[in-house]
Amino acid sequence: MPSELIHEFMRIDHLPHIWCPGCGNGVIMRDVAVAIQELMDDPEVKLNREKVVIVSGIGCSSRAAGYMDFNSIHTTHGRAIAFATGIKFAKPELEVIVLTGDGDCSAIGGNHLIHAARRNMGLTVVTFNNDIYGMTGGQYSPTTPAGDKATTAPYGSLDRPFDIAQLAAGAGATFTARGSVYHVRETIDLIKQGIRHKGFSLIDVYSVCPTYYGRKNHKGGPVEMLRWQKENMVPTARYYAMSEEQKAGKLLVGTLTHSEYPEYTDEYDKLVKRVQAEMAGR
Amino acid sequence: MSMAKKAVLMQGNEACVEGAIAAGMRFYAGYPITPSTEIAEQCALRLPQVGGKFIQMEDELASMAAVLGASAAGIKAMTATSGPGFSLKQENIGYGCMAEIPCVIVDVQRSGPSTGLPTSPSQGDYMQARWGTHGDHPVIALSPSSVLETYTLVIRAFNLSEKYRTPVIFLMDEIVGHMREGVTLPDPSDLIVNKRKASFHDGAYKRCYYVPEGQYVPAMKPFGAGERYNITGLAHDISGFPTNNNDQAGALYTRLMEKIDRNVDDIVRVQETMLDDADTAIVCFGGTARAVMSAVEEARAQGMKVGMFRPITVWPFPEGHLRARLPGLKRILVVEHNYGQMFLEVQRVVAGQTPVEFLGRLDGTVIPPADILEKLRRMEG
Ligand SMILES: Cc1ncc(C[n+]2csc(CCOP(=O)(O)OP(=O)(O)O)c2C)c(N)n1
Ligand code: SF4
Repeated sequence: MPSELIHEFMRIDHLPHIWCPGCGNGVIMRDVAVAIQELMDDPEVKLNREKVVIVSGIGCSSRAAGYMDFNSIHTTHGRAIAFATGIKFAKPELEVIVLTGDGDCSAIGGNHLIHAARRNMGLTVVTFNNDIYGMTGGQYSPTTPAGDKATTAPYGSLDRPFDIAQLAAGAGATFTARGSVYHVRETIDLIKQGIRHKGFSLIDVYSVCPTYYGRKNHKGGPVEMLRWQKENMVPTARYYAMSEEQKAGKLLVGTLTHSEYPEYTDEYDKLVKRVQAEMAGR
Repeated sequence: MSMAKKAVLMQGNEACVEGAIAAGMRFYAGYPITPSTEIAEQCALRLPQVGGKFIQMEDELASMAAVLGASAAGIKAMTATSGPGFSLKQENIGYGCMAEIPCVIVDVQRSGPSTGLPTSPSQGDYMQARWGTHGDHPVIALSPSSVLETYTLVIRAFNLSEKYRTPVIFLMDEIVGHMREGVTLPDPSDLIVNKRKASFHDGAYKRCYYVPEGQYVPAMKPFGAGERYNITGLAHDISGFPTNNNDQAGALYTRLMEKIDRNVDDIVRVQETMLDDADTAIVCFGGTARAVMSAVEEARAQGMKVGMFRPITVWPFPEGHLRARLPGLKRILVVEHNYGQMFLEVQRVVAGQTPVEFLGRLDGTVIPPADILEKLRRMEG
């Protein structure tokens, strides 16, 4: 029911969106909306739409926040997670979801990413990871594979790329997962798990930017780029049934890490109660 | 909320925190830096006691962002910093101006540029407070000159920020921040705390930045209160959605400027001491006023007709007040702990009508009243 979804969850008076034909951003935006809708309808969760806050930074992908009919804030380049930290810490009852690009969250915003993960701040971060700076016209990002070309890497990038989910997990994120534009159902489920997870969660969704990354690196059009995801990214059940040989060069689409650690705003709440009890007892 | 009126010994930085809490500040995000650090430390101690939130962020960019996020969620929020940290906050201060998110940014000035003289007095951020973030934007900045005034004025900073939906810069300096004075704190309920207009004029998120004809400040609802709307730092229409339409962008910029320009009488406060019969005015702000007042008193004892003109609201500069004083004045001396920043504003306003001279210092020491007196004598010739 895509059209009903659009009427219910998108600000249709602000459509059409600014994205290029074949861009992966619209698919990921829809995945997030479907995940929210399913959690609203889930009697166990009953997610309250009015309590959902969508926070984004700057980039093609970050424009998604404005199209989505929720409390939404489109912030400054790299700072989405820091704004989101303020919102969540101020009002922990809010369900804060960050939509961010690979450059936005792992280059200019890398410091905020690792520290929010370290604190286990109860945010859900969805990265629109297209291996390139789309908005500024195709410069290399921290996830551009080494050797690949970009307008600022005309001879191929020398940088070793980040795996954003691994980076977040290393910094203390308690839920990390990988999704893709091709694997719609799996990605929706991962985003739902991320939202339900108490603590910092990050779903690194592999996107496609045919306009810059695809064209610069002869990856074909959107169809060829999605075919690459289909052939090289493998959902959980199938992935774990594969032999080590079969797994070589393939990427898991699914949960990468999942652990338990006290969530920051809960812990702060306890601290306040302790301090106030001590004061009352004095 | 009545408070026992007893005298307490307090540091300027501490008074800043107590005033902010009295004003309803319940969220602080910051990163430590001398000479503002005591503000963070005091917030860490005090905020949990009153059910507020304190967080030490990873840097100043994050601190400023978190403060804006908290304010959008409906909580009065503050950050404090000095020198290098004030530079780092600038991009997001501009975001606050553009998206109209109330908050208070304390800058306890230290000597610069760069790491400068971290523990020494300076007033080198006067122009940065006005022009630090890129682009045209209005600014409100207030500067206290005593511990007690720090307490009352920071409350006013919150009042103005809520009333005009804008970040307010609270421009302290090392002199006032680290000064200890015995103060009797007034009952905070006597210092009216303005609240933001809490509902949209016509109750529709599609017009969340709408203002009726002749008004300048849109209403603001916190996130989560049931009106889903968009906030952006891009030029936006009245629905808060990015626009490239020149008329809509022009209307936004005009309104942002006018909301301060048209309300200067409400925003501007000045201390004018012994000026009515004076032929010489000393213009100064913040901690420098201490030495200036001693010099004025000494000069008066020696028969010179000197008074002090001290902007308390340092931005917008109180140009109307100064202009009104000009007919009686033969000369003006501007005293600052920098190389002449407010001096430029004074020159602009005076526009050659009265001679204006400058006395400044930037070696990490405080200007002694004797230097001011000597300068006055030379000016009188
Ligand atoms: C402080 C700052 N530096 C640089 C820019 C310019 N800029 C805008 S978006 C962007 C990169 C966006 O890349 P990414 O985050 O990967 O998002 P995408 O556009 O690919 O979705 C840059 C460098 C900016 N807006 N602000
Ligand atoms: S430039 Fe790339 S990321 Fe940006 S909208 Fe076009 S395809 Fe999408």
